[in-house]
Parts: sequence; structure tokens; C-alpha cells
Amino acid sequence: MVGIPPDGGGSRWAIEAHGLGKRYRRRWALRDCSFRVPAGAVCGLVGSNGAGKSTLLNLAARVTRPSGGSLRLFGTPVAEAGVLARCAFLAQDKPLFPRFTVEDHLRLGEELNPRWDRAVATRIVRSGKVPLHARTAALSGGQRSRVALALAFGKRPDLLLLDEPMAELDPLAAHEIAGLLMSEAAEQGTTVVMSSHQLSDVSTMCDYLLALADGRLRLAGEVDALLSAHSLVTGARLVDGVPPELARHTVVESRVVGRQFTGLIRPDGPVEGDWRISEPTLEEVLLGCLRSPGAPPLITAGARPDGYDEHGTPEVAA
Amino acid sequence: MVAFRIDRHSGMAAYLQIVQQVQEALRLGILAVGDQLPTAARVARDTKLNPNTTLKAYRELEHLGLVEPRPGVGTFVSAVPAQARPLGDSPFRGELSDWMGRARAAGLDWADVSALVTAARAEHYPTA
Repeated sequence: MVGIPPDGGGSRWAIEAHGLGKRYRRRWALRDCSFRVPAGAVCGLVGSNGAGKSTLLNLAARVTRPSGGSLRLFGTPVAEAGVLARCAFLAQDKPLFPRFTVEDHLRLGEELNPRWDRAVATRIVRSGKVPLHARTAALSGGQRSRVALALAFGKRPDLLLLDEPMAELDPLAAHEIAGLLMSEAAEQGTTVVMSSHQLSDVSTMCDYLLALADGRLRLAGEVDALLSAHSLVTGARLVDGVPPELARHTVVESRVVGRQFTGLIRPDGPVEGDWRISEPTLEEVLLGCLRSPGAPPLITAGARPDGYDEHGTPEVAA
Repeated sequence: MVAFRIDRHSGMAAYLQIVQQVQEALRLGILAVGDQLPTAARVARDTKLNPNTTLKAYRELEHLGLVEPRPGVGTFVSAVPAQARPLGDSPFRGELSDWMGRARAAGLDWADVSALVTAARAEHYPTA
């Protein structure tokens, strides 16, 4: 693995956060988040409403400033000018000017963005057969999303931040917009961070994941690594509570139904005993971890900034 | 060219589904040597599958010696798997059929047999 200079001068990491936090009056919307997202990832951002997803996106898009910690995009502190040009942010309401036509929006994109790629923006609009002369107020939800994505990709961003890109779209439009998003990201090599409540979408579209609960990071890392770090164990319940042979592993969540014991664990070595062990789905891992505030967070080796441990806390120098 | 179908509820990793579907298409003659596989962007557009997942499947197929990437052009079929053994007259089929006959005679119902088969399969094919 190539070493990253301590100043983060390389562009291997699209996002790197150290102890990032945001406080609104007395409430911490986001607290002590340390993680990194490699360039080229399609990263899902999941968690309940109010968990801090939008706050994190707003910090990365420089809509708000952090109350603590640091945030770098491609090695550059987010506060520095010039970062914004590499980054596109699409808020959930997909803000467009209702009285402007689609063509007006494309022209506006061209005027405002020095790196504007007219061919890409026009192709995205045309492939959806969106009428260029229509006012955006007259468009369907799917068409508005397409225009908003055309403006975002026309900026040629290195990092695209999306807040619930498929929310409120009908199933057909949601499928089309998701496909458009994935194929354009593939062709342009864009790093994508998207918040979503649709766990099935997250598991198909994303290869990287950040999960938040109550403003804290619960999971961060490559989807494959997060999956293989967990096991589902099922078996007969012989004792009350967590069976001793499982207690030496990290038990994220456990449930007893009648005589059956089911647990989501992070195995630390081989699991002993008469247990049926299976690999959980991403949905099972996410739900288990988000439901269990007592379980320690898991930040995979790849997602940990230098100097942080697997729980995302700073390592104390020996 | 083929189109992939990703079943999100099958429990099988999406990249393995692609590997399997390509192998099946090769066996059935839907894909032949020299045919191009859809690009990752194309698969992404049709199935909203993460392009890295498709590329992972193609790397696996390349490792199996079935396809080869041509940089800047795409991924092409380079070989058809050796004549697949027809499973119809395999001895395993006969043994399984005998076993099921005995299970039924012993009073096991459809669900009992399915549970046993699933458990045995999970034991012997832990990764699938």
C-alpha cells in the first residue's frame, strides 16, 4: 500500500475526517466522526432521520462549518477556496428555478462553472427525452431529478454529494435515475456519497458505507469488509442471555425466540459450539448495528485515518 | 451481448450472479467466443448495479480463463467452458433420488426434506 503523506497531499482519499463534529446550539448533530472515503467509491450514507446524514453532507458541501475536528476533500481542507469547484451537491428538494426552462438551466450551468462540460449535461437531459423548452415547474419528478443530475455532472465534479437522490420518485423514475447515476459515475470516475433510506438500493449501488446513529459514526468501510466482519449465528438456546462461547466475540445484537437464539456477531477467531453460521446480508448488518447503540462502532482498516483504532477513537501513543 | 438480471433477495453476492449468468450463457450458446460483454456503465444503467461489482465479476471470469479485457474497448469472451457434464445422467442424481424416496417413505414432508438439503448444502458449500 502506498503511504499517504501526513498532510494528506495525495488525492487517494476523496474525504478524510478527523474528530469531525457539528453543534447546533446545545445539540451535537454530528460528533467525533473520524473516517475516510477513497476516491472512486460509491458510498452510501445511512441512518435514521436526525442521525446526522444531512449535516455530514452539508459540511462536505460547505453549506455549514464544522464546530470541531477537520474535514479534507482530496487532501485539501474544506474551508479552502477551490474545493467547491471539485464538488457538486444535490440537496433532496433538487432546487431548480421553476420559471426557468431546461435550456436556461443548462446555460446557467455553463455561465457559472469554469469546468462545465456541455456534452455531458446535454446528453443526460436528451437521453431522458426531457423537453428543452419546458419550464422546470412543468416537469415530472423524474425529469426534474434528471435535469438536476445533468447540472451536477456537467460540473465535472470529482465528488458528488447527494441527499436522498431517489426519494419521492415513482419506482420507474427511481430505477432510471439510479441507473443514470451509476453509469455516469462509472464513465467519469466520480466519487459519490449518497444518503438513502432504501437499504436495498444501498446494497446494489454502493461499495462503501457510512452508517450514523445519534450523530455518531456506527459503521464505516468497504461493503465487502463490513459484511465479512459479521456473522449470523443461530442455534438452540441452552442458557439465559448470551451463551458463554459467543461472549468472547463482539455480540452486536441477539434475540431469543422460544428456544432459538439468533445473534449478529463480529467473530474474533473461530466460533465454537453447535452454531449454524451464515453471512448476513447488508440489510441485516445495518439494521443490527443501528438498533444496538451499545455495540461498539466498526471502522474497517481501510476507512480508518492514520492514528485511529477500529472503533474510530484516537490511538494513544505508547 | 447478454443482459444480466440481479436478484437482490437471492442471498448470493451480485458479482457471483453475474459470473454464473455468463457461464450459463456460454453453456447455452447465448454467448460465443469473440462476443463482447456489456460495459460496467451499461450494466449500471440497466440494473443500477455498482460498476465496481461488474468489474469484479469480469475479473473473476478472466481468472477462470473465460474472458479477456481489451483495454479501452471492453471485455470479450475468449473461451467457452469445457463441455459441461450433463447432470441428467450423473450418478449423484440417482443417489439423491433414492435418498429422497427413502425420506418420503419414512414420513418426511417437503419442508423437512428442504430443510435437510439446505443444511447439508450450507455445510458443504459454506461460501455460496
